[in-house]
Amino acid sequence: MDWYPLYNSLRIAAVSCVLVFFLGIFFAYYASKLPRLIKGVLDVILTLPMVLPPTVCGYFLLLIFGIRRPVGAFLAQHGIRFVMTWYGGILAASVVAFPLMYRTARGAFESFDETLAYAGQTLGLSNTYIFWRIRMPACRQGILAGTVLAFARALGEYGATSMLIGYTPGRTATISTTVYQLWRINDEAGAMFWVLVNLAISTVVLLAVNMLETRQKRMR
Amino acid sequence: MNLRANFHKKLGDFTLDVRLEAGEEITSILGASGCGKSMTLKCIAGIEKPDRGHIELNGRVLFDSEQGIDLPPQRRGVGYLFQNYALFPNMTVRKNILCGAHGSGSRAQREEKLRQMLHLFRLEGLEDHRPSQLSGGQQQRTALARIMISEPELLLLDEPFSALDAHLRDALKIEVKELLRGYGKTVLMVTHSRDEAYNMSDRVGVMNDGTLLAVRPVKELFADPGTVQAAVITGCKNIANAKWAGPHEALVPEWGITLQTAQELRRDLTAVGIRAHYFRPGGTQNAFPVVFAGEMEEPFETIQQFRYVGQAEGSANIWWRLAKEKRPQQFPATIGIAPVNVLPLYEAQPADAVFPHGTESEEGR
Repeated sequence: MDWYPLYNSLRIAAVSCVLVFFLGIFFAYYASKLPRLIKGVLDVILTLPMVLPPTVCGYFLLLIFGIRRPVGAFLAQHGIRFVMTWYGGILAASVVAFPLMYRTARGAFESFDETLAYAGQTLGLSNTYIFWRIRMPACRQGILAGTVLAFARALGEYGATSMLIGYTPGRTATISTTVYQLWRINDEAGAMFWVLVNLAISTVVLLAVNMLETRQKRMR
Repeated sequence: MNLRANFHKKLGDFTLDVRLEAGEEITSILGASGCGKSMTLKCIAGIEKPDRGHIELNGRVLFDSEQGIDLPPQRRGVGYLFQNYALFPNMTVRKNILCGAHGSGSRAQREEKLRQMLHLFRLEGLEDHRPSQLSGGQQQRTALARIMISEPELLLLDEPFSALDAHLRDALKIEVKELLRGYGKTVLMVTHSRDEAYNMSDRVGVMNDGTLLAVRPVKELFADPGTVQAAVITGCKNIANAKWAGPHEALVPEWGITLQTAQELRRDLTAVGIRAHYFRPGGTQNAFPVVFAGEMEEPFETIQQFRYVGQAEGSANIWWRLAKEKRPQQFPATIGIAPVNVLPLYEAQPADAVFPHGTESEEGR
């Protein structure tokens, strides 16, 4: 039994989730403070990967990071290749999952009662302390929801991933690309196995989130 | 004076114009909702930035547009009690209060100060409660304790009692006033409630559409509001335009009468006000024939509405408020008012400049 697709999917989803967590929060926080016009434009750009077909996202990624393109060629000279490598999957999954984190976190930040931050400032608390100890905990429902959505999306990413890193067993295969390949070669049992694996992971993640939420509610 | 503030800020359709001095006492800004009261406090605390002006506290410059000084809220030493108290929902009472002492002294010193605050604000036993588990009064005391532990030089109170139930309010007013007296620092409070302003403060300034009128001793302001705006906000129910008709005579065309006043009138008299409590049935001074126009009952008082015979059509009824047991069996034919209770009202003047040297050049630009 080759467990590589599970291992690869999990590491891609985990690393993209961490990346998207910080990037999403960073952009969400600063976007919520921008003037309306700039915010509108930035919002469209940052949300676009969510509404574009993932294959189109993958196509854009190839346009930028393809090894014959300027950026891709430059990176390749320094030994970084996003095309046909497992960590290219991180790039693809992050781009597609980012808007989910960004939008949910932004919604949470916008509904934050700003007087709490003002109160912290007048009490002499540093802005960093206020951000991590007051704003983030107050927004944790939205941020948690965004993180889970981003993780689930990254785990299930197919379109952009298959465009950018293709399917090489033991090298770039993920659960979703494996399901497609096995189905294509009529290995229905194999496809079903990976479908069940995917279902199991998703169920565990959602259950964990629900339990976490009810525990927090009880704490309040 | 400990606090000196003199600043302007454009706000939508009006301009905030504040000239204010406050000493070691409780000063209130009294004004209707949306008149710029809270914005004034936010500018002093450094949460909002005035367009121009100067703010200093105990000789320290907090803000000066000409010198380019704008201290962040963290370094102003100004405590701010928000209308909703702004307790951190994810922290216990203990942690909320310790936030006010964050980074000051040793751990043992902070714990000692915390213990004092819990005692002073009667929060013992509630240390591990979260804000959502506290009553309105407990939340307010926690918020005050959190501010006091940070030892601010100036305390700003934004509508401190508006989030409380009416029956709690009066008890808490007395309690908070005692605490603030013991604290002995400068307190600046904003409120829309004339009762709160009267109960709590030593001096009161009326704010009208962003302009702070003169700050005056509270009893003086209520006895002689001096402007229509101040008369309205201090609860004067009967106000009508008036003209100077003599040094002690005010002609009130709307009511079709000329009133004698105790105060010597200036020629720029614009209106007169009569508080609803001060009418005297059958009195001899300023007594005019009246007709009954309606009645409204309150729990302990009654409002008898009447009109002067010869009062202009379309003008508002006059309100006469008296204790229920004094309600007349037969509505009187004439009602008088003592000349001392006729309040002369003039055009509003902004508060006098508190920085004679700086203000002229600023006004000139």
